[in-house]
Amino acid sequence: MATAKLLGSSIKRREDPRFLTGKGNYTDDLKLPGMTYAAFVRSPHASATIRKIDLAKAKAYPGVVAIFTGKDMTGVNSLPCGWLLPELKVPPHMPLAGDAARYVGDPVAIVIAETQSAARDAADLVDVDWGVLPSVTSTERAAQSGSAQVHEVAPGNVAFKWQIGDAAETDAAFKKADVVVKKRIVNQRLVANAMEARACVARYEDSTGDLTLWVTSQNPHVHRLLMTAFVLGIPEHKVRVIAPDVGGAFGSKIFLYNEETVCSWATRQIKRPIRWTSDRREAFLTDAHGRDHVTDAEVALSRDGKMLGLRVKTTANLGAYLSTFAPAVPTYLYGTLLNGVYTFGAIHCEVTGVFTNTTPVDAYRGAGRPEACYLLERMVDACAAALKMDPVEIRRKNFIPKFDNGYQTKVALSYDSGNYGGALDRLLQMLDYKKFRAEQAEGRAKGRLIGVGFSTYIEACSIAPSKVVGSLGAQAGLWESGKVRVHPTGKVSVFTGSHSHGQGHETTFAQLVAHHLGIPMDDVDIIHGDTGIVPFGMGSYGSRSASVGGTAIVMSINKIKEKGKKIAAHLLEASPQDIEYANGQFQVKGSPQKAVPFGQVALTAYVPHNYPEGLEPGLEETSFYDPANFCFPFGAHACVVEVDPDTGHVKILRYVAVDDVGNVISPMIVDGMVHGGIAQGVGQALWEGAVYDVDSGQLVSGTMMDYAVPRAEMLPFYETDRTETPTPVNILGIKGAGETGTIAATPAVVNAVVDALGGLGVDHIETMPLTAERVWKTIQAARAKK
Amino acid sequence: MKNKVTVTINGVSHSHEVEPRLLLVHFIRELAGLTGTHVGCDTSQCGACTIHLNGQAVKSCTLLAVQADGAQITTIEGMAKDGKLHAIQDGFWEKHGLQCGFCTPGMIMSAAQLIQRYPKPTEADIRHQLEGNLCRCTGYHNIVKAIQYAAENMAKR
Repeated sequence: MATAKLLGSSIKRREDPRFLTGKGNYTDDLKLPGMTYAAFVRSPHASATIRKIDLAKAKAYPGVVAIFTGKDMTGVNSLPCGWLLPELKVPPHMPLAGDAARYVGDPVAIVIAETQSAARDAADLVDVDWGVLPSVTSTERAAQSGSAQVHEVAPGNVAFKWQIGDAAETDAAFKKADVVVKKRIVNQRLVANAMEARACVARYEDSTGDLTLWVTSQNPHVHRLLMTAFVLGIPEHKVRVIAPDVGGAFGSKIFLYNEETVCSWATRQIKRPIRWTSDRREAFLTDAHGRDHVTDAEVALSRDGKMLGLRVKTTANLGAYLSTFAPAVPTYLYGTLLNGVYTFGAIHCEVTGVFTNTTPVDAYRGAGRPEACYLLERMVDACAAALKMDPVEIRRKNFIPKFDNGYQTKVALSYDSGNYGGALDRLLQMLDYKKFRAEQAEGRAKGRLIGVGFSTYIEACSIAPSKVVGSLGAQAGLWESGKVRVHPTGKVSVFTGSHSHGQGHETTFAQLVAHHLGIPMDDVDIIHGDTGIVPFGMGSYGSRSASVGGTAIVMSINKIKEKGKKIAAHLLEASPQDIEYANGQFQVKGSPQKAVPFGQVALTAYVPHNYPEGLEPGLEETSFYDPANFCFPFGAHACVVEVDPDTGHVKILRYVAVDDVGNVISPMIVDGMVHGGIAQGVGQALWEGAVYDVDSGQLVSGTMMDYAVPRAEMLPFYETDRTETPTPVNILGIKGAGETGTIAATPAVVNAVVDALGGLGVDHIETMPLTAERVWKTIQAARAKK
Repeated sequence: MKNKVTVTINGVSHSHEVEPRLLLVHFIRELAGLTGTHVGCDTSQCGACTIHLNGQAVKSCTLLAVQADGAQITTIEGMAKDGKLHAIQDGFWEKHGLQCGFCTPGMIMSAAQLIQRYPKPTEADIRHQLEGNLCRCTGYHNIVKAIQYAAENMAKR
């Protein structure tokens, strides 16, 4: 049968023809009759009171339809924070700032006009009387005395203090240590920079009371729920949220933002559709940023290289307000990953979340896990350097041995399955490690600075078991729904709560469904991204689509098969227990000639003339899958670099990656995600960084001229391979592949640069990105010391 | 003040009275209704708006519509002919050279010019020539492969 090879095959994507021919349907492509256009008036100051807003000139501008400020939005609540830690300080986050603005870009008014240009012109004419205040943007200084206060409710700018692990056990481990290695590690702030900037179209229909919101979202149902139930107080069932084609997201389109909330409110006032599209400068200022940690970490070591204990103190910058899932990222998605793939004797981690006058920080590809992985992998290399051990040897010495079903870490999580040594073995083979070290020694003798860096990472994805996350502060369940509708002709429509914004679900989910039903892929359609059609959904982030969303779909397929067996048994005059489903037909076990094809069962279900007594007609099933645990992809990455000793320029010579994401639906899609993830991880290591001016609080790196999104010429071809360790957590054995590259790549690259400079006595570089300037300075400082 | 601008896009004439400040990309998207050409930045970095203007690949966000008056323009919608994908479109499909699809139209329009200039491009040629086009999804690996594949197929014809 042609469908036998669907799983594990690289099938060309069915969504591609529309993208290749310019026929994609992105939010900004939408044009509705009577459309108006919005522009936001934003704070040019990092911290300022709003004394007065004068709208007279702006209102008189030709083409202006309406202007609203925060004072007009009566009865509207704060944007919600969806993850509450104990004693978390939750300051109000109004859709339009009322009395004060707290970061550059904070919106204070919406101007709606007949054309986009009129809206922008008029926005420039809105006259705000600002009372400019001192600001604080630095992560390190936020909680220090004398820093400007961001919110009254958070004295000292502390939003929360959180800890995990065992402090006493960790202290004891450090007492036993032969060697202690201590480093400061700065994980700089990043901007997601999806190529499509955020946008929305909001349309209220006065005659029915229905509101439709098209929005660049990774999770349209979550957008609807948060917006209706928490902020606007309008009935959830009268709102339809559609996330059409979305041009990349990387976490930045999970959150409920000010702009779509204000547009959804405003369309009800003016009773005309409103479109807002962020320009890139607005995106830099207002899309939730990522990372931004300052950490002091120390590892207790035995002389022979066993890692006895890990102590971590992190300050995490949350920005000016709590974005939707902000408190979870530097806590439960970070501290719980500090065990890595190693058998630590003890771990203790303290995190202080701080408010600053900066763009809110939330999940960016990996979200917390890249920060944990970077810290660990950097520390492991620093430990190796301190003991003069090979970085591969120290990793091997501390690896958790291969296991199939459960490993309890020191930081709450229980891993699913793992074979960390297996991935590293394959990597070393691809790299030809011994040969590399020989070449490196030869190169060093000639003054060449070449180095290799490793990263043996783990991450927690398939987010997440609802009960677990609920007990940790999540205000949402994190299951997924999947509805399978078999039409009378045997064609199948699948409705998934997962959302594709580049992942290719329309292809991979169709592969999955066609495989499990034994029918041609052409008979299967995947529908997503529309609350009016899909039952419910928690959306796509945390590498959860295939493992959580896919499992929900297959659960529904299994229900379809069970019902189909009853129908087929009736037609075949057999007992349902004697019917099996194979190769697209219901058949008597062991007698494939006594069979009813799938299509005939489907038709019978809708034309139930000859039908089992008491069985409902129709063939449609819905399932909600709530995973019992996270899944834990892992792998080993290596980067080979050459540093120019005169300029500090870093050139990547090779990038080799072995990932284990469990079972794979489409190798092509997984490889593609790994490539893109690596590029973002390399970007953080070498070029990317959001920089605020300390005095003015301005985002200095606020355009693509100033923030270095990697280009083709800066990156190599990636050499990728996989090991496959299926997870026991879900019936598909799939772990998740969306974030591995980003998590793994950053430390691999930095470790490679440090290795390249090892001959000069460098064993650490505190801050990324490793731009030529920073590396050059490091070389100068090392030479001066020698 | 408005100026009349007439351009031929994919063989069809479009004529509109426009403000002098209107960017060509907005003429194409909003007035001609061809939304395959995208806007990804404000500063001519990303290349999502790349089109062919009188045979040259240009960033349509960096030209005023009035500057294009009288021009022959090809956009991504004009690349496939008679229901058949252009060899570059085919290359991107075959080699998984796109994920979210947002940068793809600009990438394809740039790649067309690239292959015109370098019929047998090396990896280095491709990476260098894509200097003006950003992609955040693919890490460029499969975009380079797609262009190599397309160039090989175009050379065979």
